[in-house]
Amino acid sequence: MAAILGIDTATEACTTGLWMDGEVRVRHAVTPRGHADRVLADCQALLAEAGLSLRDLDALAVGRGPGSFTGVRIGVGVAQGLAYAAGLRVIPVSTLAVIAQAVAEHAPARWIAVAIDARMEEVYWGVYRRDADGLVRPAGAERVCAPRAVSIPDEVGACVGAGSGWDTHGVALQARLQGRLREMEPGALPHAAALLRLAAAARERGEGVSPAEAHPVYLRDRVTHTGGSGG
Amino acid sequence: MQGPVLGIESSCDETGVAVYDPAAGLLAHALHSQVDLHAVYGGVVPELASRDHVRRLLPLLDRVLGEAGLSRDQLGGVAYTAGPGLVGALLVGASVARALAWGAGLPCLGIHHMEAHLLAPMLEPDPPRPPFVALLVSGGHTLLVHVADIGRYTVLGETLDDAIGEAFDKTAKILGLGYPGGPALAALAEQGDPGRFRFPRPMTDRPGLDFSFSGIKTFALNTYRAAGPGAAADIARAFEEAVVDTLVIKSRRALRQTAARALVVAGGVSANRRLRAALRALGETLEVAVHFPRPAFCTDNGAMVALAGAIRLGAGEAEPDLRIRVRARWPLSELRPPGR
Ligand SMILES: Nc1ncnc2c1ncn2[C@@H]1O[C@H](COP(=O)(O)OP(=O)(O)OP(=O)(O)O)[C@@H](O)[C@H]1O
Ligand SMILES: [Mg+2]
Repeated sequence: MAAILGIDTATEACTTGLWMDGEVRVRHAVTPRGHADRVLADCQALLAEAGLSLRDLDALAVGRGPGSFTGVRIGVGVAQGLAYAAGLRVIPVSTLAVIAQAVAEHAPARWIAVAIDARMEEVYWGVYRRDADGLVRPAGAERVCAPRAVSIPDEVGACVGAGSGWDTHGVALQARLQGRLREMEPGALPHAAALLRLAAAARERGEGVSPAEAHPVYLRDRVTHTGGSGG
Repeated sequence: MQGPVLGIESSCDETGVAVYDPAAGLLAHALHSQVDLHAVYGGVVPELASRDHVRRLLPLLDRVLGEAGLSRDQLGGVAYTAGPGLVGALLVGASVARALAWGAGLPCLGIHHMEAHLLAPMLEPDPPRPPFVALLVSGGHTLLVHVADIGRYTVLGETLDDAIGEAFDKTAKILGLGYPGGPALAALAEQGDPGRFRFPRPMTDRPGLDFSFSGIKTFALNTYRAAGPGAAADIARAFEEAVVDTLVIKSRRALRQTAARALVVAGGVSANRRLRAALRALGETLEVAVHFPRPAFCTDNGAMVALAGAIRLGAGEAEPDLRIRVRARWPLSELRPPGR
């Protein structure tokens, strides 16, 4: 049996879940703050309901960002601590990919263009393709940039725009997609079920790192002269 | 709680990890200082500090457990700095500590950073016993505290403006020294002429135990403007003598007022040699025992957090729920004796 605990606290969603051979239990709360207050209690409740202990798990999955800097670190810090305590490997997953996977489960198009509002007139951006196995895979690298500078691979066809960046910068992003946008889901957030689907596939491919190697990915590395805190 | 306590410090720009055993004492400690990371900015950049903590913590933990010859399963509890400090930086230590402790089934406790500083001299041979007066001189604090007992703190005096370490750092910057300027200023002062300038001793001419250091800093700036870069060493010397004098005068007053028989000095500035010598001399005059941590435990470190954790966890304290909480501000006077 494969059992994985998953955590993503990088956005307004504090989403945690337990994967047991494809069966998933989730605790999902959307609050701007309070992730630190509930993330561990949610993990505890998930394990208790399933009658498992941390040591019964095979891996720990974490949304490694991008997103709120502090939120990303709460998730990664908690994942590091839990994995260290129980001797587990960590599977870091892009928070952009988690949003794409969450949307892909019901999207009317194969391509998902994810944009998280990064403030300072920028978005965290990534384009994903849904493959025959139902999993999303990245098309091009993720990046942080101005909405009018987002990159879209030529192969991208009809697509769904997902994430808070579409709320703030919908017009500029839509212009970049040049008629390929079918639908917008600006309210799309990471969901632990999607995180765990991606993590389970990654684990089958043998991916995973030691707890000490589980690091946040911020994308925005220019944080000193700009005063950007990213929340 | 039984067994060694893991201590994690991440309130500012040092990542510290240590293991303290209630019976055997300090088993191992490791520190990563971010000084080089922040030096180019002339001060701590909070976001960079947080980013560094989350990369450094587990490797340091591995090192400390390795040096102590312990496995994770042999720990008895986990303590972490919960405040005061930079919220983002504190949250890194708190998240890792809380998750680690819960995952390992260990009691866990958030520690007050200044209580940890204050208890640091107890890591040394001949530890102080309350009641005593504590002089806490660090980057963010200047406090005179009456310690009736561990956890029973009355603040007798504090700074009304700059903290003492801040005054060292700002004055060092005026003199063109790198960051953090405290140690650099102290080194430069050794070459200075003690008689050339005389700086004010703020708030020593009136009763009370509060401090003010922003005036000395301005005095240094004006002197530097008038006398020029060639006078930097003399200014450093005059500055250092003025602040040391001020701290000695107020410490003497606090000892007299409380009739305490011991003085405990802690925090980063307590590494200052001139201050240590002057307070030792004060102790001899007043026949009061003076306790300092070793220089490595004056600035932030994991050992002091592990020690404070061992005392409080040992008295049965532990976080009551799984909420990860930190506090940017946290008055020392809110603390209670261990276990209560
Ligand atoms: N030898 C020295 N002489 C003077 N100042 C010094 C010396 N060594 C360190 N300092 C000063 O000590 C300060 C750092 O101390 P410490 O690490 O205890 O402070 P902090 O942890 O940043 O603040 P706080 O503990 O109040 O949150 C700096 O301001 C530094 O310049
Ligand atoms: Mg300190």
